[in-house]
Amino acid sequence: MTAIVWERRKAGLGRFWQQFRKQRAGVVGAVILGLAVVIALLTPLISDASIMDVTKATGKDMDPPSLDYLLGTDESGRSVLQMLMWGSRVSLFIGFLAALLSMVIGTVVGIAAGHFRGWMSAGLMRVTDWFLVLPSLVLALVLSAILGGSSFTIILAIGVTSWASTARLIRAQTLAVEARPYIERSKALGAGHWHIMTRHVLPNVAPLVLANTTLQVASAIVAESTLAFLGATTGSTSWGSMLRGARDYGALTNGAWWYILSPGLCIVAVVLAFTLCGRALEAVLNPRLRGVSR
Amino acid sequence: MTEVLTKRKTLLEARDLHVQFASRGRKARAVDGVNLAVGEGEIVALVGESGCGKTTLARTLLGLERPTSGQVLYGGAGLDYGSRALKAYRREVQLVLQDPTGSLNPRHTVYEAVAEGPRIHGLANEEEIVRDALSRAGLRPPERFFLRYPHELSGGQRQRVVIAGALALAPRLLVADEPVASLDASVRGEILALLLRLREELGLSALVVTHDLGLAWNIADRVAVMYLGRIVESGPVEQVLTAPRHPYTQALLSVLPESPEPVVLTGEPPDPTRVPGGCRFHPRCQVLGVGRAAEVGVDGKCKGEPLAVLPAVPEPQVACHYAAATGS
Amino acid sequence: MSLLSLQDLSVTYRIASGEVAAVRDVSLDLGAGEALGIAGESGSGKSTLAMALLRLLPSGTRVDGRILLDGEDVAAMKWGRLRAVRWASASIVFQGAQHGLNPVRRIGEQIAEPMIVHGTTKEPDKRVAELLAQVGLPAWRARSYPHELSGGQRQRVMIAMALACEPRLIIADEPTTALDVMVQAQVLTLIKKLIAEHGISLIMISHDLSVLADMCDRLGVMYAGRLVEVGPSHEVFHDARHPYSRALAAAFPTVGDPVSRMAPKGLGGDPPDPMDMPAGCPFHPRCPVALDTCTSIDVELWPAGERRSAACVHVLPETPGAPVSDAPVSDAPGSDAPGSDATVSETGGSEPSKTSVEAT
Repeated sequence: MTAIVWERRKAGLGRFWQQFRKQRAGVVGAVILGLAVVIALLTPLISDASIMDVTKATGKDMDPPSLDYLLGTDESGRSVLQMLMWGSRVSLFIGFLAALLSMVIGTVVGIAAGHFRGWMSAGLMRVTDWFLVLPSLVLALVLSAILGGSSFTIILAIGVTSWASTARLIRAQTLAVEARPYIERSKALGAGHWHIMTRHVLPNVAPLVLANTTLQVASAIVAESTLAFLGATTGSTSWGSMLRGARDYGALTNGAWWYILSPGLCIVAVVLAFTLCGRALEAVLNPRLRGVSR
Repeated sequence: MTEVLTKRKTLLEARDLHVQFASRGRKARAVDGVNLAVGEGEIVALVGESGCGKTTLARTLLGLERPTSGQVLYGGAGLDYGSRALKAYRREVQLVLQDPTGSLNPRHTVYEAVAEGPRIHGLANEEEIVRDALSRAGLRPPERFFLRYPHELSGGQRQRVVIAGALALAPRLLVADEPVASLDASVRGEILALLLRLREELGLSALVVTHDLGLAWNIADRVAVMYLGRIVESGPVEQVLTAPRHPYTQALLSVLPESPEPVVLTGEPPDPTRVPGGCRFHPRCQVLGVGRAAEVGVDGKCKGEPLAVLPAVPEPQVACHYAAATGS
Repeated sequence: MSLLSLQDLSVTYRIASGEVAAVRDVSLDLGAGEALGIAGESGSGKSTLAMALLRLLPSGTRVDGRILLDGEDVAAMKWGRLRAVRWASASIVFQGAQHGLNPVRRIGEQIAEPMIVHGTTKEPDKRVAELLAQVGLPAWRARSYPHELSGGQRQRVMIAMALACEPRLIIADEPTTALDVMVQAQVLTLIKKLIAEHGISLIMISHDLSVLADMCDRLGVMYAGRLVEVGPSHEVFHDARHPYSRALAAAFPTVGDPVSRMAPKGLGGDPPDPMDMPAGCPFHPRCPVALDTCTSIDVELWPAGERRSAACVHVLPETPGAPVSDAPVSDAPGSDAPGSDATVSETGGSEPSKTSVEAT
């Protein structure tokens, strides 16, 4: 029996892939993402962490791109290319984890607010609305300033400030699922809140969550870069802190375009890739966007 | 018929049940004083138009809705609305809904749908229970259906899965809300025959909520006709459906296809936020309308004097001033 | 001349995995003022047939055969002509009256729209009030929005819309399926009255044979995309020649009939998969009176009494194969001579025409 279950899952995945493949932009995004993740994972194998140390920098200050330094060097003579590779680890790591945190909070709050009625739902939604109207960047800045600069606090700051829209979305979907007769049937079978939320609501909102997470990663990366640019850094190099470095050491006035453009373009590329992927996932998984519901 | 009238032991009972809602700022008296009993091994049809409160009554009997006043009794004891007691009650009384497509989670296989009840209640031998329930519901061999998804089944098969899901908890009573209304004509009879067979094999009682008098004639022992939150006529199917005494029952029967003299009631289905005084049917009553009530001098009573709530007894009962006066 | 004539109509949907024949070789005639019922279960092609009549099918659908409305081929019509025909000659009333109305526009505007588009009247407001009165709604309802009406009232509005341009044919697809018995009775009485008063022809589609028998002069029963029986409605309902029609007729019991008391009758099995039609007669896997030959021989519609025809081996003049005596249904008309029991009490205005017989 389990073999058949496995077969069905494989067939389901196959169908999903068939449909995803039709979303050309999504495939492009997925390829870019795959590349970025592979590079981030392989960096420790092909590059030595010591090159990030300003005291061990080998190149000249602000050297334009050359064969030795393909993307030039920074103000301390470090290779911009290598910094980008190391920076991608921080940016992606923070992006993923912050998005995950945001999605977990958003999904839990959304499902709870949609499932329970009365004061609980009203209370949760007021809190959500509060977070929704709060200037999240300012809040994140304040939070990271209070909590001190580490990857963990940055993740926390971004995650805690960005879940509200997700919660709204998930709540709407939960309400739609809860109105279905199978929920009534499940209640008549004796199901409690936990059973209904985990067995019926969660699987039905999961595709939405997945698509939304992908989009959320993109905005988390932007948020991290913005925070780093504004000075709330983790201490280790990320694309955002590179941008800040470039500004601080006058790369713009010195004409050191490689120092500004490379991290900037990396952010744009990865964020775009996540967005393309997320939109494609949404189109494939969200029955309302697909037009036909099953 | 004598067999019907012999006193069955009452399994589920509604005693002077009232259920009210707030509806657009007004109070809707969805169920407005109902006595109804379902005996062991008995099939009772609850007949009425939409908006008459029959679905609310069924949901209240299942404990999915709390009564405003009055009581639901199961096996002689009042229903306990504590979560543990209610969960235990769920194993005894099960629900079958009108729309089998909506009643099944599209992401669950047939096996998961049927196993849901046993899993909730932590029953052992889950697979055996599922297999047994599916074959009882007429899906044989059961293994063939285990891994199908609802969208791969026909409407009739889906309704069988829903029934199997209810059977998996070995209930003693099924509450079926329009169990065949959304099914094709050809499948209808099959599902009804299944309910009859389950009664025969398992002694399963059923309360079938429907607007379809043919269904009552097909499978029910007793019928209760509901109008605007009250039961207006009840009794054995043979008596109520062949010699109806309440004008509303008479009208419902007269509009069935092929009937000689249809009495089409005018006006819209009644509104539970505006229950008329006197007999609640009097604004639409054809007997009052043509003046026959006036002939026997009850027209004043019809408009002004409310009727008593009918008792939950197997014998034929009717809540009508005209029927009482003429003794018909 | 008949108002509507279908000649060997076939409708084939194209889907990802191939072609699905939803309607196969249907031939029918409808006289002026006649009411025809089309019965069948879901998937029998009855709704597709209705849509094909006014070319409302999704693009990419293949329609073969001819649809003649007043002798004019619907398939050959230009867009403008087709639009005119859709309102002026033939109107369709769909099931699910909730979805047929635009929720954000007033009832009156929606009824008036086709009249303004086609310029059929100078005073649309007056005409709207007149139409509402015809369907039993007060004139002030024109200012209501759809959600302010009950299901029965919405269905009345749909009927008023269908009547707006005084069509000669109304196609009603399950017009009362979602409605209560009493409201259903109101709507059916209304339709009956209107078609009688205006001499409109009616094609009514339903799975409830008893309702169709009540409303229509003639009945066509569809199974797996084909007509399997055609005849005067009361004869088809009470004395069906095709076992499938018999099963449909038995599905809705007559209250008071001791035969159906505690004995609901259904039809086992499911309709055939249109991608995988069984060999021989498509009904044979579910047929209670199937013969051995049914697995290989597919019978076309064949005369089965005066103005009647059925596509069943039991109505053929000489039943090939085994005798019918062991069949569980006693009235299987295996040896009936055509016309032997035809009690013609026709009400339809049409001449006794051929009821689409194709013998190949």
